[in-house]
Amino acid sequence: MDIFGSINLWVLLASLMVAATPILLAAIGELVVEKAGVLNLGVEGMMITGAICGFAVAVESGSPALGFLGAAVGGAVLSLIFGVLTQVLLANQVATGLALTLFGLGFSALIGQGYIGVRPPAMPRLDIPVLAELPGLGRVLFRHDVIVYLSIALVAGVWAMLRYSRIGLILRAVGENHDAAHALGYKVVRIRILAIMFGGACAGLGGAYLSLIRVPQWTEGMTAGAGWIALAIVVFASWRPWRALLGAYLFGGIAVLQLNLQAAGVRIPVEYLSMSPYLITILVLVIMSSGRSRAALNAPASLGKSFHAQG
Amino acid sequence: MLLTIEGLTKAYPGVVANDHVSFSIGNGEVHALLGENGAGKSTLVKMIYGLVRPDSGRMTLRGVPYEPANPNAARSAGVAMVFQHFSLFEALNVAENVALGMDHPPPQRQLARRIREVSETYGLPLDPSRLVGDLSAGERQRVEIIRCLLQDPKLLIMDEPTSVLTPQEVDILFQTLRRLAADGTSILYISHKLEEIRSLCDSATILRLGKVVGRCTPREVSAREMAEMMVGTTLQVPTRAATEPGEVLLEVSNLTLRPASPFGTVLRDVSFSVRAGEVLGIGGVAGNGQDELLSALSGEARDLDGAVRLRGRPIGKLGPTERRGLAVLSAPEERLGHAAAPDMSLTENVLLTAARREGLQSHGFLNWGKSRGFAEKVIRAFDVRTPGADVAARALSGGNLQKFVIGREVLQRPEVLVVNQPTWGVDAAAAAAIRQALLDLAQGGAAVVVISQDLDELMEIADRFAALNEGRLSPPRPTRGLTMEQIGLMLGGAHDMDVAHV
Repeated sequence: MDIFGSINLWVLLASLMVAATPILLAAIGELVVEKAGVLNLGVEGMMITGAICGFAVAVESGSPALGFLGAAVGGAVLSLIFGVLTQVLLANQVATGLALTLFGLGFSALIGQGYIGVRPPAMPRLDIPVLAELPGLGRVLFRHDVIVYLSIALVAGVWAMLRYSRIGLILRAVGENHDAAHALGYKVVRIRILAIMFGGACAGLGGAYLSLIRVPQWTEGMTAGAGWIALAIVVFASWRPWRALLGAYLFGGIAVLQLNLQAAGVRIPVEYLSMSPYLITILVLVIMSSGRSRAALNAPASLGKSFHAQG
Repeated sequence: MLLTIEGLTKAYPGVVANDHVSFSIGNGEVHALLGENGAGKSTLVKMIYGLVRPDSGRMTLRGVPYEPANPNAARSAGVAMVFQHFSLFEALNVAENVALGMDHPPPQRQLARRIREVSETYGLPLDPSRLVGDLSAGERQRVEIIRCLLQDPKLLIMDEPTSVLTPQEVDILFQTLRRLAADGTSILYISHKLEEIRSLCDSATILRLGKVVGRCTPREVSAREMAEMMVGTTLQVPTRAATEPGEVLLEVSNLTLRPASPFGTVLRDVSFSVRAGEVLGIGGVAGNGQDELLSALSGEARDLDGAVRLRGRPIGKLGPTERRGLAVLSAPEERLGHAAAPDMSLTENVLLTAARREGLQSHGFLNWGKSRGFAEKVIRAFDVRTPGADVAARALSGGNLQKFVIGREVLQRPEVLVVNQPTWGVDAAAAAAIRQALLDLAQGGAAVVVISQDLDELMEIADRFAALNEGRLSPPRPTRGLTMEQIGLMLGGAHDMDVAHV
C-alpha cells in the first residue's frame, strides 16, 4: 500500500489547520452565543454574508485586513437582525435562525453578482523567522497567515473570559437561568444581544477566511454547510472552548485527509469520502449525547428559551 | 423607624395588586407580611427591592426618600432579599453564585474565605466550591442568605423561606434570624405559616386582595384569629370517619431507580404498601426523590424487576396509559407543563388523562361534547374559578389549576391515586377542599399516596407517615402519636447544621 506513504504528514497537519479555521471561528462565536442562552441557527447565513462582505471590501480597498474587518461588521449587523427579532420582539429562535440562514444565502448571492471570477488581494503569510525554518513542526505551526493565529488566540481569550472574568460569569449566569439573573438586576436582553453580535462577527470572519484565503474567490453558496458543522461542533465540544478547537481540527483533519485520499486514488467512490466528515461528526454527536449525565450538565439551561421580564 | 411605606399602589391590567398599602418597620424589628396567595405580598416586596416601580405612594428609608430604580440601587441602599423560588444558578458553584449577587465582588479566593467566615459566624456551614445543583434545598437557601449577609444589609426581606426546610432546619434558620435582629438588622418576613410567625415576629401586617386588612402583635393573638383575618371567613378543618383499611392495593418492594436528569435523585431500595381506604403520607424536603418516586408509580419511569405491584401483580413494565387503565392515577407536582399542558384548554387537558377511563374517545376519534361535560363536572365539583372549560390552563391561578388537576383525577374513580404536593401554593380554603376530597376518596375504598413537604398537611390527612431522604424511604409509622421531633429525626435533615457560637 503506497497510499499513506504518498501523503506527507506535515503538509496534512498544516493544511488541516487552514481547513479548520473558518469552522473554528464560527464555532467559538456560536459557543459564546449559546453560553448566553441563545440558540442562533443562522451561523451559515452569517458566514456567507461575512464571506461576501469581506470579499467585496477587500477587492474594493485592496486590503485584505480591511476585508476581514468588513466581514466582521457584516456578520455582526446581520446577527443584530436576529438579536432584535428574538430578544426584543420575542420571535422563536429556531425559526428566526433558519430564516437568517436563508436570508444570508440569498442576500450574499445578490451582492456577489459583480464579484464572480474576481481575484481578491492576497493575504501575506506570517512566516515567523527562525521558527518557520524548523523541520516538520516549523511548517505546521509557524507558517500560517495571521487569521489562523487569531482564531487560536480567540479560543484562548474566550476560555479565559468564561472562566476567570466577571463578564464571563455574568454571561454564563444569563444562559443558565435568565429569570434569576434578571432578579439580581442584570440586563439579560442587552447581554444577549452583545453576545449575538460577537457570534455574528466571528461567523463573518470565518466566512471571509473562506473567500479571501482558503479558496480564494467568490462563488454562491461557497460555505457549503460549514456553518452547520460549526453548530454541531459547539455541542460536540459540550460548550468548552478548547474542545471546540479539538472538534474543529478533527473535522478539518478528516476533510483534508479525504481530499488527500481522493488524490492518492483510493478505490472508494469519491462520494463516500466527501460525506465522511459529516458522518463522523454525526457519529461523535450521537456517542456524546448518549450518556445522559455530565455532558448535558455543561449545557446552558436556558438555551433557546425566550426571556420576558415579569412585572 | 428604618423603613416607612405610605399609600403604595400598583395596578396591573385587570387587577390592583397593591391598594394604598402603608406600614413601617423599626430597627432590629422582625416584621411579618401575612396573606393568602394573590394578596399582593410578592408585588409589595418587589417594589421595596426595586424590581417593580410603584404607580403611586412613598417609601422612606432611614429618613430619606427611597425610590430604587433597580435591585442594584436597593442593594446599595442596604436592602437585601432572599427569594421564594431560589434565584440561583445550578451549574455554577457557591462562590460564583454569591459573586453574582454582589456589585463589587472580591477575587474568588478571597470571596471563598469570606463565605467560610460568615457561614461559621451564623452557623450555616457551606463549601464555596460545590456546585449549587448538587446542594439540598436547605443548603441552597444558605447560599442565598449568605449572599445577602455579605453585603451587610439593614433590611433583609425573606419570601416564604421555610417552605422547603425540615423542622430542625427551620429552628436553626430562626436562631440565625434572631441573632441578626439582635445585631440591629431589620427583617421583613413573608409567610402564610402562622405558627412560625407567632414564634418569630414582633409585629405583623395582614394583606387581603392588595389591601391592608389588619395589624397585630403575633404573640398576642392566636393562629386561628390571624388565619381568619387573612382569609376573611371562618375555616373548615377536613374531617373523616374512622374506617378499617382493606386489602393491600399497591405494593412497592425494594425499588431502585436511576433518575432521568443529571441533578435528579437515585431511589434506593424503596419499599412500602398501601391498603384500600388508607392514606399514606410521604414527607421530605424537595429534591430527595419525590419526583422520581411519583414517576415510578405513575409509569413515566419503568422498573423491569417487578418492584411495583397492584394487587400482587407486577405493573412496573406498564406505561402511564396502561396504568390508568388499571385505575392507578397520579397528579404530579408541577402544574404547568407536567400535570397540565399550559396552552391547551381545560377540555383538552381533561382528554389528556381521562380519555380512556371516561370513554371520551372511540375508535380513535374524540368526543368533544362528552369531554366538555367531564371538564365542567370537574369545575363544578371542585369549585374551580374559571369563565369556562374553553379557557387555557395557563390562564388559571395556581390554586384553581391545582383544584382542577386533582379533581380531574379524583373524579375518574381511581383505585390508587398518587399525588405530589397536592396543595402547594394553594390558599387555605382551597387546600382544605383538596384535602377533604382526598380523604373522601380514601373513605370510598381507594388507596391514596400523598407526597408532600407540608408536614402539617400530612399529619392532618395521612394514616401512616414515611420520610423520604436522599432517595431512601423510612419504614412507614402510624401518624397518630407522632411528634414533630420524631418526624424531624425521620427526615434526618439537620445533622450538619449548628447554631452560631459567637
